[in-house]
Amino acid sequence: MIWPYFVPQSLVLQVRVMSLTRQEVEKIAHLARLSITEQEMPVYVTSLSSIVAFVDELSRADVGAVAPMAHPLVGQSQRLRADEVEDTDRHEKYQANAPQVQSGLYVVPRVIE
Amino acid sequence: MLHNLFIGEQADLLARRQLSSVELTQHYLDRIARFNPQLNALITLTAQRALGEAAAADRRRSAGENSPLLGIPLIHKDIFCTDGVRTSCGSRMLDNFVAPYNATVVERLQGAGGVTLAKANMDEFAMGSSNETSYYGPVRNPWDTTRVPGGSSGGSAVVTAARLAAYATGTDTGGSIRQPAALTGVTGLKPTYGRVSRFGMIAFASSLDQAGVFTRSAADAALVLQVMAGFDPKDSTSVDQPVPDYHAALQMPVKGLKIGLLKEFFDGLEPKAAALIQDALALYRKLGAETVEVSLPSLPLSVPTYYVVAPAECSSNLSRFDGVRFGYRCAAPKDLMDLYKRSRGEGFGAEVKRRIMTGTYVLSAGYFDAYYLKAQKARQKIADDFKAAFTQVDLVIGPTTPTPAFAIGAKIDDPVTMYLNDIYTIGANLAGLPGISVPCGYVDSLPMGLQLIGPHFSEGRLLNAAHHYQLQTDWHRHIPRGYES
Amino acid sequence: MTHWETVIGLEIHAQLATRSKIFSGAATAYGAPPNTQANLVDLGYPGVLPVLNAEAVRMAVKFGLSIGAVVAPRSVFARKNYFYPDLPKGYQISQYELPIVQRGSIGILLEDGVAKTVGITRAHLEEDAGKSLHEGLANASGIDLNRAGTPLLEIVSEPDMRSAKEAVAYMKKIHTLVRYLEICDGNMQEGSFRCDANVSVRVRGAEKLGTRAEIKNLNSFRFVEKAIHYEVARQIDILESGGKVVQETRLYDSDKNETRPMRSKEEANDYRYFPDPDLLPLDIGPAFIAEVRSTLPELPDQKAARFAQDFGLSAYDAGVLCASRELGAYFEAVVGRAGAAHAKLAANWVMGELSSALNHDSLDIDRSKVSAQGLAGLLARIIDNTISGKIAKDVFEAMWSEGGEADMIITAKGLTQITDAGAIERAIDAVIAANPKQLADYRGGKDKLFGFFVGQVMKATQGKANPAQLNDLLKARLSGGP
Repeated sequence: MIWPYFVPQSLVLQVRVMSLTRQEVEKIAHLARLSITEQEMPVYVTSLSSIVAFVDELSRADVGAVAPMAHPLVGQSQRLRADEVEDTDRHEKYQANAPQVQSGLYVVPRVIE
Repeated sequence: MLHNLFIGEQADLLARRQLSSVELTQHYLDRIARFNPQLNALITLTAQRALGEAAAADRRRSAGENSPLLGIPLIHKDIFCTDGVRTSCGSRMLDNFVAPYNATVVERLQGAGGVTLAKANMDEFAMGSSNETSYYGPVRNPWDTTRVPGGSSGGSAVVTAARLAAYATGTDTGGSIRQPAALTGVTGLKPTYGRVSRFGMIAFASSLDQAGVFTRSAADAALVLQVMAGFDPKDSTSVDQPVPDYHAALQMPVKGLKIGLLKEFFDGLEPKAAALIQDALALYRKLGAETVEVSLPSLPLSVPTYYVVAPAECSSNLSRFDGVRFGYRCAAPKDLMDLYKRSRGEGFGAEVKRRIMTGTYVLSAGYFDAYYLKAQKARQKIADDFKAAFTQVDLVIGPTTPTPAFAIGAKIDDPVTMYLNDIYTIGANLAGLPGISVPCGYVDSLPMGLQLIGPHFSEGRLLNAAHHYQLQTDWHRHIPRGYES
Repeated sequence: MTHWETVIGLEIHAQLATRSKIFSGAATAYGAPPNTQANLVDLGYPGVLPVLNAEAVRMAVKFGLSIGAVVAPRSVFARKNYFYPDLPKGYQISQYELPIVQRGSIGILLEDGVAKTVGITRAHLEEDAGKSLHEGLANASGIDLNRAGTPLLEIVSEPDMRSAKEAVAYMKKIHTLVRYLEICDGNMQEGSFRCDANVSVRVRGAEKLGTRAEIKNLNSFRFVEKAIHYEVARQIDILESGGKVVQETRLYDSDKNETRPMRSKEEANDYRYFPDPDLLPLDIGPAFIAEVRSTLPELPDQKAARFAQDFGLSAYDAGVLCASRELGAYFEAVVGRAGAAHAKLAANWVMGELSSALNHDSLDIDRSKVSAQGLAGLLARIIDNTISGKIAKDVFEAMWSEGGEADMIITAKGLTQITDAGAIERAIDAVIAANPKQLADYRGGKDKLFGFFVGQVMKATQGKANPAQLNDLLKARLSGGP
């Protein structure tokens, strides 16, 4: 990969060549429920490969024995809400945004269990 | 000219009844009509509502109310839900979405008498650093309309720079306020994570997103933050801590302030950009501040860390857009799978899909430990580095971006190069720290930003330091050519 | 004995009886018109955020304490990502690596008196999904999200059960417990209490578990038993014909009494769990735990042990009387009036006549037509010999169907037992006089005819003669002179 001139070299990590196959990209797209057209597919294979190669640096970085940080609010804990009913029925307003509604239900193609 | 006045000055005129909010609002609406076509900074104009809100603000003034934002026109980034007004998030997915409620930020500013003129253009779902990923087309930089304004809050930055509103809201997940503020020559403040409620702000990456503001001065930012900040019981990540008096904080002296120069930000920095930062440092020293070099050794990990954490969270956050309850639905789905895949495939743009797929990949079985878990650890290291630095200094300083605004189309095909543009801003998001960017001069006739980053909840300190810089410089008073009157 | 061994573990989903949802202020009441109890958070609207319901946490802790489990000082909410129309956000907020309740156990007692301990691996908080409805829609489904966001406690057992009967006993025990704790209404028809069963078989004595099938959504004790029976037979058939059991999710069809693979679960899922960034870690300190502990009621096992000890009941009977908090309270109220000395009598009546009357009318104990006070009044008349046990059953029936106190009915119907020896003797004399042949036969050695005379005297006194007295007097009279 060619790095743009303006990136300070101290910040550029050595990138290993990594690539995703078309099959892998198709699998990811399916898991994420995204249709990808034939024309788009090669573009995604290329760009996702370069992104994965870029972040792959992490897999080899030595971060020592630190605890994983899920949140910037370290040390804070979840606040609790009193068990009170606060909402009234506003389904008509909410369903004004829905693509298809019948008898108060959101309609989708048949769900098979 | 009214639009060149700062918020405090406009509020004075309103308070002395030398100006009405309706007049001020109309003035901005006229400017929008004149300038927005060449900038494409807006998605939805709410002129009629604005005039109604302005009239209401004037009545409140008549009734004796006298708060600084009462009757002052603003523009919201189109990521904030506004009751009864389309909230698109820059996406085809939400092109038809009318929010049925107000974001807390919207609610607070409305309560303070803010007049909402419009919803600003942005990168789709805030994913982008150039405002080129918007479904509504790229936003143009008023300093040079062939160039990007930065992103993702590009529209908000541009309306502030072109004086189409007194101020604008934005959100900053990896630099999305500070970077466009720098590239358009305005002041952009990203508060501490948890300082401003995220309720009603359409999520990109929940552990990084933070609402903030674009103004033309640090003093104005203090006025707006005063209203935006505060605990919100509807957001579990909102911090229940008193909001200090930011206006009072502006007055504190800079003498004795310890400023850290970020070593990693300077190594290899382009000389013209480095010179601007050096000038700023010299000025601070002249004001009695002390400057020392500090190092954040884990900073090189910040961009890859960010591009694991943010896509991971976004891949999950954007699953709710499925064509069932709101938003885009594909035509004639043949079954449920088809409904999902085509609604999402057609409703989202390329960059959003790319990030969803990246996030799906890094969270999936077999890769979670190598990427997501590792990124969380690297994130802790970066946060620890900042923490260590803040035992030595009050705040750290550096450039906001490596270069000024680049040409529209220059990097859109190379996502990684685009991602590297956030190199100086991402660290603050990973650690949840507040940051501010203020204009500090030009490279190749394009504005550059000086970035200040402080410890958690040090907004008062940052605004104070930025304000003193602006008392000594006039970069923040510069107007892009053609937008003066 | 077959050489196959069944191994069962259950995942029970108990809806917590909070007023509002686990992460939103929408109501949880059952049966509202579609989507009228789904607010912006439940619908997964853009921009909205979850805030945790304190009561759901308190209920989970209550459960943890009652099974001797560890209440985690820090637990974490994670997102389980998958697409399904009844899952509005495209992820379920659940607890994955760090659940709120860890490592507990509960004892079960089988009908044959065998006791067993079932390990409970964990119990975690999560949100329920909505419902897909299919009626009246051609080739389409309708989504009702009223149930979305209802708090669930998922209680995961160890694979400790070895038969369908054990599984049912365990499930009933948990059902009893959650209702004792008042953390779940236990209503299985409405889906408030349901379970998935992990079923496998292995050769008896084998150490390794067989491949399991997960049977989804069992919402009655009977279905659990039938589904497990079906599934075990199916797996044994496969193995005996040389096949391999496939690990899969199956659905129990109660109409056909069979299990079949779920089409929606055919694809191997990759749930991409990660900590929910919208929620912070849940920290539970000793003070919170102590406060919850102070609200714990007497638990079913404690109560059963006390009943056995104080009242001399068998462990099984004590267990039956403690099957619900209300039944235990009823029994205690009866004993309180009748006296501890008569606890056995009270137990027999509660488990006998009362239970069958309740069953017959499909009533819960709290809707019983005979109150504890009423039943105690009836027992008092048995104890003081006013009526016999047999007459008491008639009185109970009258109390049940017509209402009223035992004394009232006894008086109105003239059922008071005859204890006057003279009166009983007169009745005996009349019967003997009327049956000279039987008297001769009895005296000639046909001892069995004694019963005939008892019956005749009872008939003559409309069953009111005191049975013991009658016995004594009759014996004396028959063996005596003419």
